[in-house]
Amino acid sequence: MRNGDRDISRLVEPDRVHRLCYTDPDIFEQEMERIHESLWVYVGHKSQVKEPGDYYTAQIGRQPMIMVRGKDGEVRVFYNRCPHRGAMLCSDRSGNAGHRFRCSYHAWMYNFDGTVASIPATNGYDGTRMKLAEGDAGLKPAARVDNYRGFYFASLSPDGPDLETFLGGATLTFDQLVDRAPDGDVEVVGDCFRMIQKSNWKIFLENQLDVSHPSATHESTGVAAGQVEREMEKRDGRKAPLAYSFISAFKTPIEDWVKFDTVGHPYGHCFLAGYMGLRPQDPDTVEYETLLKQAHGEEKGEAILSTDLHHVLVYPSLSVQPPLQQLRAIRPLGVDRTLTEIWHFRLKGAPEAIYRRALDYYYLVNSPSTMVNADDLHNFWKCHQGLSTEGGDWVSLHRNYGSDSERDGVLYSAPGTMSEMPLRHMMQAWAGYMGAGDESVGNGSGGG
Amino acid sequence: MPDADVGAAAPLTAAQVDTETQRAVEAFLYRQAEILDDGRWDDWLGLFMPDGRYWMPARADQMQGDGVPNIFWEDLDLMRVRIRRNTHPHAWSQSPPNRLSHVVSNVVIERVAANGDLTVRSKFHCSEYLRYEVRHFAGKYRHELVKDGDRAGAYRIRLQRVDLLNAEGPFDYVIQWWL
Repeated sequence: MRNGDRDISRLVEPDRVHRLCYTDPDIFEQEMERIHESLWVYVGHKSQVKEPGDYYTAQIGRQPMIMVRGKDGEVRVFYNRCPHRGAMLCSDRSGNAGHRFRCSYHAWMYNFDGTVASIPATNGYDGTRMKLAEGDAGLKPAARVDNYRGFYFASLSPDGPDLETFLGGATLTFDQLVDRAPDGDVEVVGDCFRMIQKSNWKIFLENQLDVSHPSATHESTGVAAGQVEREMEKRDGRKAPLAYSFISAFKTPIEDWVKFDTVGHPYGHCFLAGYMGLRPQDPDTVEYETLLKQAHGEEKGEAILSTDLHHVLVYPSLSVQPPLQQLRAIRPLGVDRTLTEIWHFRLKGAPEAIYRRALDYYYLVNSPSTMVNADDLHNFWKCHQGLSTEGGDWVSLHRNYGSDSERDGVLYSAPGTMSEMPLRHMMQAWAGYMGAGDESVGNGSGGG
Repeated sequence: MPDADVGAAAPLTAAQVDTETQRAVEAFLYRQAEILDDGRWDDWLGLFMPDGRYWMPARADQMQGDGVPNIFWEDLDLMRVRIRRNTHPHAWSQSPPNRLSHVVSNVVIERVAANGDLTVRSKFHCSEYLRYEVRHFAGKYRHELVKDGDRAGAYRIRLQRVDLLNAEGPFDYVIQWWL
């Protein structure tokens, strides 16, 4: 089956999706063009490029990009390509370029606003078609760059809604992350972990909102952590560190996961409510909550702390966990290969213990030695393997179809279910972006 | 054998380390590699001091493990979680189980303390058989070894630092066991 609007619409039904959406190389090229290289995609956080000349590379769709801070303080995003002969401009992932970018091949120099700074023996271009004065040789910028509270996004298309309109209700995730800092700001810690999944990028996205998988996928980790947790408590006569509960939570029986509601926002963004009990009343947490309420006032402070979020999926490139101070950016490498960049943040003004808590989660769930994603990535790979066969055409998204509700364009899973609403919702949005249906609503996932 | 600390960085010369100590340390490292490759997990835990740690930094230039991101930063309790998790019948990523094969070499004793404790660095190469394919890891070890009682050549690990050649990644799939 080839791509094209008519065929795409036949591949995505309200309650099931054809396997080719995940495995067809032509569809992958089309979704890179229409989704990753058109929508607002996450590039990085402002704290990755603190000083003028600081740069970080990031892949948007198939395009290698550079995020750089200029001498004027502006953060800009360019294609990582020297306009002269096409050489990659920055081959390090990150660094400081000094006063300007210099191409290693012929020493063409570029200012951080993308304009040409100098070209050796420039007079060689006199009388040629290249008009340096008219900016002919400058770096090609991303069509649009914007940030929301220090989180930078780029769109490689000049068309479409502005960033804040696109994020819509999903702005809450960045508000949550930043407002949880008593000083009102966050910064990345170190470099990110980078992990490659041998599976299509959408399999990862769906997993982030899939409430019925944790107790099945992560049973071994939940059981093992729960056993050691109990032994430690018996041995030491006090509660085991909170970190153990992050992973022993996975032994929660599947029936109990019905408690965690999901929400679908326009443009394909999705929320999953929290389940990890991150407000224990230990002295560190109490100190932190006091600080936060001093900063925001009692009422707003309490509202921030009691916001119930685990994952926020910012379609198509980001999964954010505000209470755990981390995010994962999705960089598709091919139809069956996906890189995730996993970043975590320090809340400025929060006690060290609160950072340590986030660090423990980052280590246990997302480090290269993770005992949690070990099974996720294994299952993603198995999904991609199975979807590449002719053993069946359809992927089932039927769970609780027909029971979700809609208010003001936002979808809500039926309470007390493990509804696959977010999965249907994302695929409806996907079909819209691919040219079949209404992309801004991503609706039709069983509302009403 | 020197009778006092000689500083951490400069390796001791052959004349400063007696052959027995060198051989005992090499035997210890080979034994650790064998325990890991054979999956003898009680023996693995027994290699470490009760407060011992296994540490794999996330960056080559990292100076501390505490309070910063690491690839591995595990005490005995977390090691127990890992062992039970990886050997649980529903550890899906262990289906089929992976298998490791280590070679340890270039063993250099950096420091011998007056009480016989040692700091030792070495190189390792590890092949992993994972889902019917083989992948490779390489890097260096730095063991802080504590003399284990009066038995000749017996040590336990206070800290094992493992610098993976490709610490900064990206990683193609996860690392399930210690390397």
